[in-house]
Amino acid sequence: MIFWQLFITFFHIGFFTIGGGYVMIPLIEKEVVDKHKWIDSQTFIDMLALAQSVPGIMAVNTAIFVGYHRKGILGALCCLLGCVLPSFIVILAIAISFSQLKGNQHIEHIFQGIRPAVVALMVYSVWSMIKKIPQKWVNYTIIVAVTLILFFLPISPIWLILVAAFLGLLIGIRQEKR
Amino acid sequence: MDIYIDLFLCFFKIGLFAFGGGYAVISLIQHDIVEVNGWLSAKEFTDIVAISQTTPGPIGVNAATYVGYTATGSAIGAFVATFAMLLPSIILMLIICYFFGKFHQNKYIEYCFLGLRPAIIGLIAAVCLQLTNKENFIDYKSAVIFLVVLFASKKIHPIWLILGSGLAGWLLYSF
Repeated sequence: MIFWQLFITFFHIGFFTIGGGYVMIPLIEKEVVDKHKWIDSQTFIDMLALAQSVPGIMAVNTAIFVGYHRKGILGALCCLLGCVLPSFIVILAIAISFSQLKGNQHIEHIFQGIRPAVVALMVYSVWSMIKKIPQKWVNYTIIVAVTLILFFLPISPIWLILVAAFLGLLIGIRQEKR
Repeated sequence: MDIYIDLFLCFFKIGLFAFGGGYAVISLIQHDIVEVNGWLSAKEFTDIVAISQTTPGPIGVNAATYVGYTATGSAIGAFVATFAMLLPSIILMLIICYFFGKFHQNKYIEYCFLGLRPAIIGLIAAVCLQLTNKENFIDYKSAVIFLVVLFASKKIHPIWLILGSGLAGWLLYSF
């Protein structure tokens, strides 16, 4: 049955991809395009651009698109549920056991080691993202301005996201006119 | 009951503005969940990022599930927060799929990303600064772990770095 197959394929993808949504994309492509042939390669690439420009979690957006493309709204819901359920179950189990382990010295020591490592991983991802965008002064200015504003002022990131999108629009239109 | 409504509204908002994959989500959670609502401490927030890196699934879903549970103490809270986080995606994606069938990249949306891409880097950089605090860096050993992981990041997968630093933390602070 196709609905079950959509669900179980995305459940499998959701369960075996550790380390965030971006890891899921190549696996989704392999299963959906190469193995099951639910979508052709070009549509998948177009869809990735879409999944990136719509807010929300990219892997989740991709799952919804694939499901809808194959079997309408019900198909979309099957893929969504399959994609999200593994992490929901795992994290709920962790949250429940953590609330009972609170105050355990061993766990606290382990996390005392992990916390600075997490900050280092985030600093590294900032560095690798900077290398990936066009090396222009306008980009550097936006990065530094957003960092300083968010760090020093009690402002919501939402406003900075909106202003940055508008700024991007102006930059794009200006480039077009030249 | 109020806490469930607050969770729903807060995560709906995060889902709605989560541009650029998991990265903007981190910044929105830091602001709304840690600073504004105080549902998590900076320490717990760092722990969730670590847990997300070592468990299945996108960080947005992981954080919503975890916060939903800890803020209410029930699985229903976890469900409400996760569902609220996903709802904007569901609505927007279904509308787009329904009206456009096949999506063609819109140039104005592409223009917006000229500004969004560097801005999202800035959002994460600010979170890095905010997390460089006394809760996460308790002594010189923390600084050593930070530097080792930073320089090893190029070659070694994050999962191994997190597991390794967990082991290092246990050895350094237990004995």
